[in-house]
Amino acid sequence: MADVYGLAAFAVLAVATLAGALGMLVARNVVHAAYSLLAVSVTSAGLFALLEARYIALVQLLVYAGAVAILNIFTIMITLRRREDAVRSRDFSLPGALLALTFFAVVVVAVLDGGIATRTDVLAFPGVIEFGERLFALDGWALPFEISSLILTAALVAAVWWTREGGER
Amino acid sequence: MSVGLNTYLVLAAALFAMGLYGAVSKKGAVQVLMSLELMAVAVSLNLIAFSRYVTPIEMTGQFFTVFVMVVSAAEIGLGLALVLAIFKSARSSEVDSLNELKG
Repeated sequence: MADVYGLAAFAVLAVATLAGALGMLVARNVVHAAYSLLAVSVTSAGLFALLEARYIALVQLLVYAGAVAILNIFTIMITLRRREDAVRSRDFSLPGALLALTFFAVVVVAVLDGGIATRTDVLAFPGVIEFGERLFALDGWALPFEISSLILTAALVAAVWWTREGGER
Repeated sequence: MSVGLNTYLVLAAALFAMGLYGAVSKKGAVQVLMSLELMAVAVSLNLIAFSRYVTPIEMTGQFFTVFVMVVSAAEIGLGLALVLAIFKSARSSEVDSLNELKG
């Protein structure tokens, strides 16, 4: 029975994720596109949880569904001068569609052809505690993690620098 | 039918292809950035699926996802700040309006 529930959860989340992504592409209103992206963030967090990545699922909700979605919506609101500016023409690009379809076809062929060895013998997956212990282990991921925090700090300082008032041009 | 690694890889490929299409076809800078974000989510999904099905005990894919998230959050923050800076000087956030370097 657990298998049926897992399959049903996957089906619902996958369809919702694809529908959200499609909705983002075809939405004529930019604000609706931002909300579709928010839906994609939430449903993909659900997919992460299905894949036993609980900590990543929570971070996905906090960072993407929380902070980044709000940043997106704020930027849209600031760069729109009138309400009518939110509604745009649907930019269809044939080369873009061909590129995306070619990419998708190549990846699907490669995946079905790949035969990647998967492990099915694991029944108990490591949880958040093991994740944290490995992330902050000195012989593990501690150094790359600290370097990534430096990158984030530098990027945010640069973002503030660019948007400050009265800067010289 | 059971959900396995391949199912997730195909789903992530579909998401990435949609993001790719949006990134090359959209005209608004914010929409291009949102498409890039969709591509980053697809990459994270790929890495976590690999982590679950290939290295479930080592969780390598999950740690890689942490770094993907850091880099894409930095990219979104910088990108939106750049859009705001361009909007202040050019009064527009359309990609097509950024043609001052054209000869």
